[in-house]
Amino acid sequence: MSPSAVPRPDDAQAPLIAASDLHTWFELRQWGFLRLGAVRAVDGVDFTLAHGEAVAFVGESGCGKSSLARTLLGLHRPTRGEVRFAGRSLGELKGRALKAYRAEVGYVQQDPYGALPPFLDVRRLLAEPLIVHGVRDRAERERRIRAALEEVRLSPAEEYLGKFPHMLSGGQQQRVVIARALILAPRLVIADEPVSMLDASVRVEILELLRHIQCERGLTLAFITHDLSTVRHYAERIFVMYAGRVVESAPVDDLLDHPQHPYTQALLAAIADPDAANATRLREVPAGEPPSLLHPPAACRFHPRCPHFMAGVCDRHDPPDFEPRRRHRSACWLHR
Amino acid sequence: MMGGRWGEGLRELRRYPSALMGLAIIAALVAISFYTVVAIPYSEALAQWRGGEVWQRNPVNAAPVWLDRLAGGGAPRTQVVTSAEAEVEESAFTGGRRLRIPLAFDYEAEQFPSELTLFLHARGHDQRPFVRLLWQTPDGREVPLGGYRIGAEERISLSQDRALERRLGGLVPHIGLLAEPGMTAERAAEAAPSVLPGRYTLLMDVLLFDEAARVDAELVLYGRVHGLAGTDHQRRDLSLALLWGTPVALAFGLLAAVGTTVTTLVIAAVGVWYRGWVDATIQRLTEVNMILPILPILVMVGTLYSTSIWLMLGVVVVLGIFSASIKMYRAMLLPIREAPYIEAARAYGASNARIVLRYLIPRILPVLIPTFVTLIPTFVFLEASLAVLGLGDPLLPTWGKVLNDAQSQSALYNGYYYWVVSPAVLLMLTGLGFAMLGFALDRVFNPRLRSL
Amino acid sequence: MSAATLLHVEDLVLHYRTRQGTVRAVDGVSFDVRRGEALVVLGESGCGKSSLAKALMRLLPRNVARTGGRVRLGDLDATALSDERFRREVQWTRLALVMQASMNALNPVVRVGEQVAEPLRVQRRWSRRRALARAAEVFELVGVATDFLARYPFELSGGMRQRAVLAMALVAEPELVILDEPTSALDVLTQASIMNALKRIKRELGTSFILITHDVATSSELADRVALMYAGQLVEVADAGRFFAAPAHPYSQMLMASVPRLHQRARPEAIPGQPPSLFEPPAGCRYAERCPYRFARCAEHPPAFALGERHRARCWLHADDGEAGGAP
Repeated sequence: MSPSAVPRPDDAQAPLIAASDLHTWFELRQWGFLRLGAVRAVDGVDFTLAHGEAVAFVGESGCGKSSLARTLLGLHRPTRGEVRFAGRSLGELKGRALKAYRAEVGYVQQDPYGALPPFLDVRRLLAEPLIVHGVRDRAERERRIRAALEEVRLSPAEEYLGKFPHMLSGGQQQRVVIARALILAPRLVIADEPVSMLDASVRVEILELLRHIQCERGLTLAFITHDLSTVRHYAERIFVMYAGRVVESAPVDDLLDHPQHPYTQALLAAIADPDAANATRLREVPAGEPPSLLHPPAACRFHPRCPHFMAGVCDRHDPPDFEPRRRHRSACWLHR
Repeated sequence: MMGGRWGEGLRELRRYPSALMGLAIIAALVAISFYTVVAIPYSEALAQWRGGEVWQRNPVNAAPVWLDRLAGGGAPRTQVVTSAEAEVEESAFTGGRRLRIPLAFDYEAEQFPSELTLFLHARGHDQRPFVRLLWQTPDGREVPLGGYRIGAEERISLSQDRALERRLGGLVPHIGLLAEPGMTAERAAEAAPSVLPGRYTLLMDVLLFDEAARVDAELVLYGRVHGLAGTDHQRRDLSLALLWGTPVALAFGLLAAVGTTVTTLVIAAVGVWYRGWVDATIQRLTEVNMILPILPILVMVGTLYSTSIWLMLGVVVVLGIFSASIKMYRAMLLPIREAPYIEAARAYGASNARIVLRYLIPRILPVLIPTFVTLIPTFVFLEASLAVLGLGDPLLPTWGKVLNDAQSQSALYNGYYYWVVSPAVLLMLTGLGFAMLGFALDRVFNPRLRSL
Repeated sequence: MSAATLLHVEDLVLHYRTRQGTVRAVDGVSFDVRRGEALVVLGESGCGKSSLAKALMRLLPRNVARTGGRVRLGDLDATALSDERFRREVQWTRLALVMQASMNALNPVVRVGEQVAEPLRVQRRWSRRRALARAAEVFELVGVATDFLARYPFELSGGMRQRAVLAMALVAEPELVILDEPTSALDVLTQASIMNALKRIKRELGTSFILITHDVATSSELADRVALMYAGQLVEVADAGRFFAAPAHPYSQMLMASVPRLHQRARPEAIPGQPPSLFEPPAGCRYAERCPYRFARCAEHPPAFALGERHRARCWLHADDGEAGGAP
């Protein structure tokens, strides 16, 4: 997917973050020097996110979505390609500039309990990013911590400031995680499976909260999930990932209602909405399992499992991005 | 840092009687340490332990008083009779004066004293005074003890007077002079001689040849028991060593435990965080260090260089840095390295140092506290072992050095059990106190050990 | 108790003793399961649903404060059996459990086939060959190629391991299999295909299932009946059709409304508040605090009202339409 050729109608400004030809491979070595191969976690991804946009990256475990998140966060160095944030390449950022970038990007993790240091209370753990970024004034820190807690609707803030993570419920923990991600006033928030470890009744709350804050603050939100059913109301665009690549991307409704790529179709068919009738019918599931990222299949990564496999095409040539519908891209030879 | 968790842990600790016992023991040891350091300043302790004049009035190898009490009593304490309390008769003769000093005392103990010595202290003379001694027993016998021309400081050891011993029928004077009449060495072999209780007098006839001359006398009947801890072969009061041994042991144990734990922890955390060659180097250093035997190295340093306790402490800490516990800490830290909160910290830009010190290490501290507490006595024991091997600090009195002295004087062979038992009991109490607290802490802070 | 009833559970109680107090994890749970029927026990984390499974299987931890209630399996009064007899005569052979995350509990140094055949060799004293042959049959049933029998657990993907654990539960042909979150750690497609395998087994072998899950969508994949658990108690037990279309209890209704749906445009709505602590659950209705319909009576503990054949809800709103009777 070359840089988004589909600007949003109301969005003429420069993109906030863009990835081009992004590869993040992890080399496997033995004894420090023998190269055994590379795990191709992110293997050629292009996209552009505009200011204030909420997008979702969807895929199964091992599709590289979390590695993509970490690459965007600057926690992994891309093997090839680059990430540009507000016009500057991430690879060029060093020292102070890199640190400044870290304040621009908030990170919400999957496991809220694990994401909070268990030995710090809420006040201290929220103060940490501020201290790291040189907010020396105690009163100023306190003010921002309280504001952040209020923003994630943990109010009154006093009630939570002195608590340790284990004293909070899962939903409250995740709110604290979100507060920490927001406390440096980032322009981009990356949420990696923010609700998958929470109970059904809490999930919606957290998703609503994220969406609300994103709209209020005009943030760009990249939301990473394995669960397509949680996406509809909380993102504007979806990127479907499979084996390190984006196979399909489109505005949410278009993608959910008219999936183009066979993998997306399979994914949608596998997900049930609660309905008693589900118990009586078998679901169509593509055979096999997601490929190993160490030795991914040649050309189209999905071809060994694809019901529409075309010998000599799908296993020979990498499918380019086609645009079978308006603003709807799909990397599949079926659209040729 | 982490007030809540610590507070909770401490509250939890109250549930364990063993922890309270351990705490009580430790508190007692700490109290003793403070008392000692205040009551007997360091320099004074060193000076006294060097021995000599200070201990003159103490018996040799006397047992503690409480030991005698346990055995039913009867052992005499040291008795000092001075001329200051005596009724001195003074008369003049041509060319001088004559003093008649009766050093009278009641002897009621069932056992004989361990030694009999007369200390004389003369002043202001040009010509040395002359003293003639006469021993008067309660039943009216009189034993002349001979005459002496005395110097400024004279120590007349009656116990070692061979001639007197012969005159007393082969009985050592401190027995013969106090025994029932008619007792000789032969008869003593059949039935132990018994004390003739009553009022004894050592009558001193002192001839002074100068106007200004004065003589003070002190008769010391050395006892068979002394103080709370007894004395050693140099008449030194063992309570000094036992008391001063406490702060030394605690300080050594604590400093060594803190020194090794902190450095080891930081190094392990640095290795875990940076991985790669840093970690590999630390691991290899540790492996090499693990096969280095610590005791022989300490013996070598002690023999070739110095046995100062602070040098030993330094060596112990240096050798302890790359100890096997690095492997343990590493194993504990490795999973934490991957914890999401660490990743979050990286994402908001925390520096490496901050991550190591603020996020990695605090996470395992609660689990380390028990290990740390139980580590303290191992260093106390190490110091004692070194001292027993003769590598104790040359100046400081410590428990280990008491044991070392006892061993070199064959204390157990001679039946001076107290000499070995009291430092050993203190060492064991220290170990026990810290161990009980440590195990209880382990249950509190190490959730896996908790009985659900 | 009708003839078709396989498992009858009455007033099951399991309380744990902890340092903070007594956890009333299962607090008077009653339900029954008919032959060939799948009951889904649905509930949020910490509602006591896994403890329910443990209580049924008598896999009790050491810190049990109180257990109670009656469990009948067919015509056997399981409560009356000694632990030893229960283990020999009921566990694995009549009642099997697939524990949460048990796919990670396979013995890493024993071939998968051997592990699956193990219950037969131990309980039925079958020969190795015979047991392995049976294991191969079950492997096919759950959708694993039989050449996986000779592999070690680490050579299998998560989905395959989960199937192997399932095979282990099925190998002695139990009448009832309890599945505790069997697919929650798996990917969407793997999940769907394991649910397919379960549907097939249920249809072909007539095995009964108790599926314990927090995931409403997954629950609908297998459920004939749904029991919704909240704070240690069942708040509603109903046929799946009824439950998914028109649940009676306010919690059921709100839970259904909170589920994000893929194919519908209705926006999900969160349930405010949190479940009560299991240390000291409220004396009245345990859901009252979060319930928009609460009224004075909710301060009393509601019984389970029968709303129809095999449909009960523990809510005072139904005091008029239903008769108070056996707990759901």
